[in-house]
Amino acid sequence: MPRVIFIEHNGNRHEVDATNGVSLMRAAVDHNVPGIDADCGGACACATCHVYVDPGWLPRTGARTEMEESMLSFAAGTLENSRLSCQINMSDALDGIVLRLPEGQH
Amino acid sequence: MNAPTHDAELQALAREDAFSLPIDEIDVSKPRLFQEDTVGHYFARLRRDDPVHFTENQFYGRFWSVTKYHDIMHVDTNHGIYSSDYTQGGIALWNAPDVKQRLHMFIAMDPPKHDEQRKAVSPIVAPMNLASMEGTIRARTAKVLDELPRNEEFNWVQRVSIELTTQMLATLFDFPFEDRKLLTWWSDVATSVPEVDHVVESQEARMAELGKMHAYFTRLWNERVNAPPTNDLVSMLAHNPATRNMPPLEYMGNLVLLIVGGNDTTRNSMTGGLLAMSRYPDEWAKLRANPALVDSMVPEIIRWQTPLPMMRRTALQDAELGGKKILKGDKVVMWYLSGNRDESVIDNPEAFIIDRPRPRQHLSFGFGIHRCVGNRLAELQLKILWEEILKRFPVIEVTSEPKRLLSNFVRGISDMQVRIPG
Repeated sequence: MPRVIFIEHNGNRHEVDATNGVSLMRAAVDHNVPGIDADCGGACACATCHVYVDPGWLPRTGARTEMEESMLSFAAGTLENSRLSCQINMSDALDGIVLRLPEGQH
Repeated sequence: MNAPTHDAELQALAREDAFSLPIDEIDVSKPRLFQEDTVGHYFARLRRDDPVHFTENQFYGRFWSVTKYHDIMHVDTNHGIYSSDYTQGGIALWNAPDVKQRLHMFIAMDPPKHDEQRKAVSPIVAPMNLASMEGTIRARTAKVLDELPRNEEFNWVQRVSIELTTQMLATLFDFPFEDRKLLTWWSDVATSVPEVDHVVESQEARMAELGKMHAYFTRLWNERVNAPPTNDLVSMLAHNPATRNMPPLEYMGNLVLLIVGGNDTTRNSMTGGLLAMSRYPDEWAKLRANPALVDSMVPEIIRWQTPLPMMRRTALQDAELGGKKILKGDKVVMWYLSGNRDESVIDNPEAFIIDRPRPRQHLSFGFGIHRCVGNRLAELQLKILWEEILKRFPVIEVTSEPKRLLSNFVRGISDMQVRIPG
């Protein structure tokens, strides 16, 4: 099963399994990775599953939709490589992807 | 934490009424239903029989009620179809016919202006800033709780909920602390519908009171606009390019938004949380046994209370919603209070359960671009309140039925008598 690596703001590393076709947010929540709140449950409607995608992986994650762009624009600390992890679905091409978590979800 | 029994007879009668009325006679906007806290039965009927429901009300006019979780989520996240803009009518059920009498605030604007103005103030509640406020909030909470009387009844709303939220607001605005009660008053005036609740006598009187608020805040603005930027809402508005040239009506509107947003909401969650504990003593026992549950309890309090029961939108085009045809210009009301009781999404939704598996998946903050900007601050205030209560009080008795507001916009409690044995 492909793996995702989440690195908390304090440096704690979590390497978890993710099922193909399921969102990276879901992988975090299912494995109790701290720092992914996911208030809306995956509807791209709250920006509390904000992650920084390791730049090498960024092109493989696809483009932000207009709604994701809007929601990220209201989040704290949004950068070029910011994504909402509910909007990226797992695939073999993302096996080993590294996601860093912001200081807090807002 | 024992409370007098809920008014069982009133609730039973309301339930019978809600499930026997012809469906087209159901009107969930009636403020009396909120004051009696019987509106839930009517929402339950609508969720079962007519989840997107049309009403023609003499005062509010024609509107759709959206009562199920996913339909509400759909409306809230499709801001291109369902507008919040004050020029369309804004976010409340009632809107003044004259655009100049409506509140020009960013919650009642569509993009791009909404986005620019929201971003001017949102850093104040960003994670780093919250961390810096935590110590102050905890010290104040401790002081308010330590000064509460023992072995006598007092109004929890006045002594705790209003006091703590007003102090917080004064800090966010860097508002003169000794005048902070004005913030509470202006918040009450701002959410008033004079024809219904008589907080003030008329729309004219309401706007006149808000004019006094504007004058007071204009003085603060003038002090800060020429000073170096500081970390308070007035200075942030005065220095940000998106907001520094706001016309007076927009400054006034955004002040109302920020005052009400930080006031009625958390105030009623602070009261509602204690009410919930008194009605569900097993949950209090659970929390006492495992104080770490405060993290999942806080969002559950906010769901259970739903301090703002609704937001309104206006359709910018024809649309379909839950099998109904919505026409361009129609008023569409998202009843968050009903969505938060939607049994198809939330297990046993009437019950207060502090260790639910996904406690944050509730509608009380709204979703989409207008999602509550202060949500994490609200949660922090509640978390600290309950942590400090746990340190001090094994028991807080709720000794009266809460007195509720005659309002469908704020699910508020004005008086709840409690007693702390000691």
